[in-house]
Parts: sequence; C-alpha cells; structure tokens
Amino acid sequence: MTAELGHYALVLALALALVQSTLPIWGARTGDDALMGTAAPVALAQALFVSISFAALTWAYVTSDFSVVNVYENSHSAKPLIYKISGVWGNHEGSMMLWVLILAVFGALVAIFGKNLPQTLKANVLAVQAWVATAFLLFILFTSNPFLRYEQAPMEGRDLNPILQDVGLAIHPPLLYLGYVGFSICFAFAVAALIDGRLDAAWARWVRPWALTAWIFLTLGIAMGSYWAYYELGWGGWWFWDPVENASFMPWLIGTALIHSAIVMEKREALKVWTVLLAILAFSLSLLGTFLVRSGVLTSVHSFATDPARGVFILLILMLFIGGSLSLYAWRAPTLKQGGLFAPISREGALVFNNLFLSAACAAVLVGTLYPLALESLTGEKISVGAPFFNSTFVPLMIPLLIAMPFGPLLAWKRGDLFAATQRLLFAIGVSVLVTVLVYAFVQGGPLLAPLAVGLAVFVIMGALADIAERAALWRVPLKVSLSRVRGLPRSAWGTAVAHIGMGLVILGIVGETAWKTELVQRVKLGETITVGRYALTLDSLFPRNGPNYQEGVARFVVTRDGANVGTMEAAKRVFTARRMPTTEAALLTHGLSQLYVAPGETITESAIDVRVYDKPLVLWIWLGCVVMVIGGGLSLSDRRFRVGAPRTARARKAALQPAA
Amino acid sequence: MIQAFSKVSRTIDSRTGWLSAAALALTLAAPPSALAVQPAEMLADPAQEARAREISKELRCMVCQNQSIDDSDAGLAKDLRILVRERITAGDSDQDVLQFITSRYGDFVLLRPPWETSTLLLWLSPAAILLAGGIGIAMATRRRRTATPARLSADEEKRVAKLMREE
Repeated sequence: MTAELGHYALVLALALALVQSTLPIWGARTGDDALMGTAAPVALAQALFVSISFAALTWAYVTSDFSVVNVYENSHSAKPLIYKISGVWGNHEGSMMLWVLILAVFGALVAIFGKNLPQTLKANVLAVQAWVATAFLLFILFTSNPFLRYEQAPMEGRDLNPILQDVGLAIHPPLLYLGYVGFSICFAFAVAALIDGRLDAAWARWVRPWALTAWIFLTLGIAMGSYWAYYELGWGGWWFWDPVENASFMPWLIGTALIHSAIVMEKREALKVWTVLLAILAFSLSLLGTFLVRSGVLTSVHSFATDPARGVFILLILMLFIGGSLSLYAWRAPTLKQGGLFAPISREGALVFNNLFLSAACAAVLVGTLYPLALESLTGEKISVGAPFFNSTFVPLMIPLLIAMPFGPLLAWKRGDLFAATQRLLFAIGVSVLVTVLVYAFVQGGPLLAPLAVGLAVFVIMGALADIAERAALWRVPLKVSLSRVRGLPRSAWGTAVAHIGMGLVILGIVGETAWKTELVQRVKLGETITVGRYALTLDSLFPRNGPNYQEGVARFVVTRDGANVGTMEAAKRVFTARRMPTTEAALLTHGLSQLYVAPGETITESAIDVRVYDKPLVLWIWLGCVVMVIGGGLSLSDRRFRVGAPRTARARKAALQPAA
Repeated sequence: MIQAFSKVSRTIDSRTGWLSAAALALTLAAPPSALAVQPAEMLADPAQEARAREISKELRCMVCQNQSIDDSDAGLAKDLRILVRERITAGDSDQDVLQFITSRYGDFVLLRPPWETSTLLLWLSPAAILLAGGIGIAMATRRRRTATPARLSADEEKRVAKLMREE
C-alpha cells in the first residue's frame, strides 16, 4: 500500500508543481497579488507531497518490500539498515527521487525565508523553480518510476552493488545533489530577473548566499567522492579525470566563479550581465552533470540509445532549460543596465581575472569530457581523452590563477595599486621562497618543479594571512589595536582568507602526494618484512572472516616506523554473497597528515599475498584543505549582511522607539 | 561464469581452500575495483620498470571506462602491460613503444589524443577560449571607458548650462 501512496503523492506533487509554474508568474505579469500569493503555500505543499513520496520509497527499502521492482533490484534483506536507506538513492530511479526532494525542499526554503523579497521577484523565482520540478517529476513518472510492483514478489532482493555499500557513498550523492540543486535557486533568480528586466545589487545579495550554500555542499560532495574513490576503488588515486568526476567538477568551477563575481555585483553593481550568465551556466552544468552520470551516455554513445524513452526525455529537458535560458539571456541581457566602472588593475579586475581563468578551465574540462562523444557521433572516429590531456591543459590554467590569488583581496576597488599590493605581499613572497629553497635542499627525490609548487602553495596560504594582517594594520599600530581590529573584521573577510588558505592546503596535499609518494608492488610471504618510504610492514597473518553479507580473506600487517610500532593494517578481498561480486578493501593507516596505503593484489594464497603499498606524504591535506575551504564558505555565509532582515529590523526598532522617547 | 561462481561459493562455504577460491573468483570476474600491475609482471631493472609504468599511464585499457592499463586489472590491460615491457626489454624508446601499440590498436588506445586535424579543436579550445575571453574583456573595458563619459542628452546639456548660469 505504501508504494501506491508514494506514487499517488508524486502525482499530486506534479499537479502542485504545475500550479506553481503558472499562477504566480501570471500574477506577476498582471500585478495580481492573490495569484502571486499562491506561490509560497503551493511550494510548501509540493515539498510536503514529494517528502511523503520519498518517505514511502524509503519505507519500502527499510522493510525490504521486494514486491517493488526498484527495491528488489537494489536491496537485500541482510543488508545493514544504513545501506538499506542509502540504497534508495544508489540507483537511477531513487537518485532522481532524491533530486526532486532536495529541489522541493529548497523551493520551500525560498518560500519560508523569502519574506523580504520583492513580491514579483519571489513569485517569478518560485515559478521558475517549479518549471524545473515539473520537468523532473514528469521524467520520473513517465520513464523512471520507482514504485512499480511485481505481481508476485520475489523472496530475496538482488543487493546493492557492493562497492556502493559504504558510508562514504551513502552521503556522497546527497551532498552532491544539495550542491547541484542549490544552483537551481541561483538559476531561478537569474531567469526571474531576466523576465522582470530588473537587476540590482540587492539581487546579488539574495543570490550569493544560495550560491555559497550550493558551493559548500558541492565542495564537500566532491571531496567526499574523491576520498571514497581513494580508499574504496583500491588503486590509491584520488582524482581520475573520469567523466563522472568532471561532471561534478564543472559546476564547481563555474560556481566558484559565480561566488566571486557576485561579490563585484553586490559591492559595485558591475559585472551584472556576466553574473547572471554564470548563474545560468552553473545550473546548466549541474543538469548536464546529473544526466551525463544518469543516462549512460558516457559509457558509450550506443548505451544511450538502449533506452530511447529516457534518452530523448533527457535531451528534451537539457534543450529546454539550457537552450531556453540562454535564449532568454541573449534576448534580455542587452536591456540590463551596466553598473560601476573600474580600472584593469583593481579588485574588480582581479575578480574578472579569476572568472576568466576559471571559465577557461571549465571549458577545458567540458571539451575534454564531451569531445570523444561528439567526435564519435559525428565521424565515427573513436578517441580517448584521459588524465594526461587534462593534466596538460587544466593545470597550466590554474597556475596563473593561484599566483594572482593573494593579490586580489589586497587591491582596492575601482583602481588598485599593484606595486603597493606586492609590497604588502613581500613577507609572503619571502617565506615561500625560503620554503622552496629549504625543500629543494633538504627533501630528497621528487621532480625538479615540486619545490616550486610547494612554494606556490605556501604563497597562497601566506598571502591569505597577509590580507588579514593588512586589514589589522599589523606592526603599523600597537598590537592591541591590531588584535581588536582582527576581532572586528567582518566574517566575510575571514571567509575569504580561510577559503584561500584551504585552497593552498589542497595544493600542498596534491604536490606532496604526487611528487613524494613511494610505491612498492610485491609478493609478501607470511612473516616477511617490506620497507616502503618511511615505514616497514610485516605480514603478520592471513585469515578468512565472515561479514553480514560478504566473506573476506584478510591480510594483517604490523607497521613500524624507525623501529617504533605505529599500528596494524588489515587489507582484504571480499566476495559479496548475493551478487557473487568480489571487491578489494584497501587498508589505510593515518600517521600525522600522511597515509600508508595497502591494496591487495590479484593473488592471495594461504601463505602469501600480492600487495601494492604506498607511503603518501601530506595526502590528507587534499581533503582537509577542502574542509577548510568549506569552513571559509561557512564563515562568509554567516556574515551579518547576508541576514538581510537583521539590519533592517534594528533600524525599524530604533524608528519605532523614537516617538516614544 | 555463473557456474564457476556457484562452485566458488560452495568452496567458500565448505571453508576449505577458500583463499584460492576467492582468487579464482577474482580472475574469472572483472571486478569494478582494480588491482593493476602485479609483482609477477614487473621488470627486474628498476629504471626500465619505471619507464614501463610511465608509458602505462598514457595507454587506455580498451575494455574499461576511462582507466589506464596501469590502473586496470582487466585481462587485456595485463596483456598490454606485458607487451609494453617486452618492447622496453627489446630496446625500444618510449616513443617507439607508444608507436608500436598505436599501430596495433589505433588512436583509441592513447589517453593523450594525438595532434591531428580531428583533435585540433580539442587541443586548441582551452587556449582559444582564454584568448577570446581576454580580448572580449579588453574590448568591453575600452569601449565603456571611451563611450561612457561623453554621453549627455540635449536636455541634460541644457540643464547643465542653466545650472552653470545660476552659479
């Protein structure tokens, strides 16, 4: 019964989305308050029904209702509860359900927190949001219905793909989708502004928190996915330039450009038209990302055509939203008034530089990802575009960006002084040169350019600190004054500095991992000791073990460093009982910011095992740096000027008090 | 394949020789997780082996999705890894090895697409977009700088003149 309820609730949600798509925008056109007023309550109701529907599907998974096709295909009664729940979005239909759930909840949030929005803008935004919801609900109901039943229920399910049974992957898709769908709000604001023909600094102030929120979740989601691939896929890499990864990376790059250009728009009313374009592009790439991953077009152009209904529907949605919004943009953007002028060397100029390089980097990723598909469908010629291509196009685009990063915050608005900014960065430059020389002199091995890359990372970090020191007028005024200045700095200033430091840390991790990792591939016999980098590993035992829904062979290593015991590691080869699917479970040992990584190889017998062992220095910074970036985003988000209501009510209260006094 | 699996599971259930049974299962199925280069394949000379690894990173495992033969455990990837090492021991340069493999398997095997007319757009577009963006920005700034200040309507001119007179 619950499955039918879920299905019914989804149909009702579609009906509500249709209402929300039309009435408010009609009201906004005709100036009808009542019609515009429908937007918020209908958005709330739509969120309620989508939630009911999603809850019904989750319930079917939790109770292992195998009469539901989707549950049978992706679940198993012996699976731990958390994977039963994460199994809901571990498949195509369920992940689309999660998508519309987040979309509806975000729509409801706009309805609830959008009290200060101009009424027409709010009505238009919610209507555009509902267009997206309508398209996705139709897609689910017509091509990917998760509530279909078997007439006769099978006894047992087919289990979730074993490599997806992992905590990392349980939370990776929701984080990613929170990011993707967060950009839908920016998109809705952009399209609403284009329809309205009005675009001012207040618009940027409204959009920036949403862009930041989406960016935070997307950053977390990508970092999570990268760490998951690192420990689960078992060959020790953390980024593969896989099309699936690229699909989430592109909206991140444009989203990063967006949160920067929105600053310019908010403070200086410049770059308006460009910011709107970025808002549209960020969501378009999110849509593209969702569908690239979901449609199977990446595996091969041909697998796309195996399910024509889905494929054609997907193409229609993409064409409708991307094509439609870009056409609207081309038509309306010229009518938008341009704001503030600025010199090339200025804060605005630096942010334009940032946007230019991020967009070009995104274009490199986009072209690299789609080129093989386009070439094959146009000429039939098959080529591969892999990591070597991206490394040699993307990385060179990042280097100027990183070098420029510390300069941006130190330049004044309108007209900056590059020489003065350089002077303020002298200390940061000195430290990074010193570090480069020290690394060059004392760290052995690694490519010749690696110390320079470390220097660049240090420059980014020190540059971010230099900005804080500059704002505190450190050394120019008494220390006490500086400290109180530091305390008085707006959160957004801290946000910038912390996020930039996070970026520097990520670079440090990447350089440490790529330049100084040690690798050993070897057959190890019981009792034998191998040395990898700074560690010695002894194969202590080999034994079988049973898990809840798998059986595994475990190799246990005792690890020492300079003679001192640092721990034990258990690498395993698993066979999942339901799907008879073997997986490898790499063992990780964290030591400071480095990790020792043991991946079991092909052969494993009762007395020996083939292993691939890595000593990866600084590798943890790759993900911790992302967390630091996210903290920076959070700080910026908590800045009081984003709580637009706050200053206004304070002023209102003062005004109210005056007559009484 | 399925029969082999049920046999494997029986062996595992009876708890005898389970390790080799698991290994058998692994060699039979192509698991999504990769095990890549194996100890038995490696060359004795560390310098030659290092070259083999670098070359392997440039070559695609043709039956996998976006994996290099260095990362993949598929049978075909293993064959290619061994082939690369054979060529290196035979005295080929890195370029020779890549050429030899491409002549057999076509451009599809290269993860770094070669410079050709069909890939020109691919290789040039990142730089082209950066350049176009840069020129676009430069033109927009110049246009706005020269155009904006000198734009008073006749009405405004009249008002300015009037204000000046009042001064």
